[in-house]
Amino acid sequence: MEWWLWPIALFAITFAMGIVAVLAGVGGGVLFVPLVGAFFPFHLDFVRATGLLIAMTSALSAAPSLLASGLASLRLAMPLALVGSVTSIAGALVGLALPTGAVQVALGCTILGIALLMWRGGRSAHPQVPRPDTLGVALRLHGVYHDPALGREVSWQVHRTPASLFVFGGIGLLAGMFGLGAGWANVPALNLLMGAPLKLSVGTSGVLLSVVDTSAAWVYIHRGAVFPMLVVPSLIGVTLGAKLGARLLRVSPALLVRRVVLAVLVIAGGRALLKGFGI
Amino acid sequence: MVPIEQRIYARWLDIGTRVGLAMLVVGFAVYVFGVLDPHVPPQELARLWTLPVDHYVAATGAPTGWDWLRHLGKGDYLNFLGISVFASMSIVCYARIVPTLILQHDRLQLVLAASQLLVLLAAASGLFF
Repeated sequence: MEWWLWPIALFAITFAMGIVAVLAGVGGGVLFVPLVGAFFPFHLDFVRATGLLIAMTSALSAAPSLLASGLASLRLAMPLALVGSVTSIAGALVGLALPTGAVQVALGCTILGIALLMWRGGRSAHPQVPRPDTLGVALRLHGVYHDPALGREVSWQVHRTPASLFVFGGIGLLAGMFGLGAGWANVPALNLLMGAPLKLSVGTSGVLLSVVDTSAAWVYIHRGAVFPMLVVPSLIGVTLGAKLGARLLRVSPALLVRRVVLAVLVIAGGRALLKGFGI
Repeated sequence: MVPIEQRIYARWLDIGTRVGLAMLVVGFAVYVFGVLDPHVPPQELARLWTLPVDHYVAATGAPTGWDWLRHLGKGDYLNFLGISVFASMSIVCYARIVPTLILQHDRLQLVLAASQLLVLLAAASGLFF
């Protein structure tokens, strides 16, 4: 196959990925690494680095409006991002040190785990937080935001902050190791574990992701695992696809799209496992 | 309702991401249209992108750490300017809110922001390379 066909194919698949990711409510990074890692010729080191850069730039681009509107909380993101940053750097170093086969097997297991989480996971628009925990109070993890859909102010507070720090440490490790982004785990952890409202969780997840993935991305950049022929067409594809996806959001069959994404994740996760075992 | 440091962070991030995107698009156009010769020609790249990163670096002499700065005259490494702008934005934004948090006497948030800044700077410096 001619070399120039690969960036075109990358653009096409990442464009579709961008649409589907928005419609299914997942980040583009979680689809990029398993799909491109499974079906494109690039080594997994480059694919993971690109996955991180895609997740990072998408999150950075979305964060200003979310922060300015109050639909994301920097105060809530800061302690979690700090822990996640440290572990994501560790994850990147571990991922680059392990043999490719071992990373493929671990990636396959993680992708299948994400599919299970998406299948089983629930969400709560406004979880009940009867009493905030001491650490959350000390860090002033509470606030008020305006929900345009409800047309009113929504006040929020969180609980289980110490446990959440451990969870976000684990999420950062996986993000750095596999370049998956982490929206798939951030949102349920913020929403179901900490009790943040769903909209605030989605917004804050983006801010968190932008900081956590930045930390790990530098490790890959310094190691030489970034080349523009892979990164730039993918970034442009995902960005344009996400813009179209946002327009299609109102008319799309959300449940069907989510099922398609689940099926894709199962296939890509299974393929990563098989590649890891040399099959 | 939105804390001042959050508004500042958002404003700086907005400017930075616009600059980064513009640099990325221009850099890639320069690269694909062959305005500047690349360090690794695309045909050669297609032969080597199946290798693990360490083997790829050894085979191409691709720069590691901050050495790409010395290759900015090459079409492929020109793109690293835009990439590094994106990867530096969190550092810039955290650095920008530190004085605000000092003025607010918000000690816990200040410690968190300063610690985050150190972690990001350490990662960007190549300490973990």
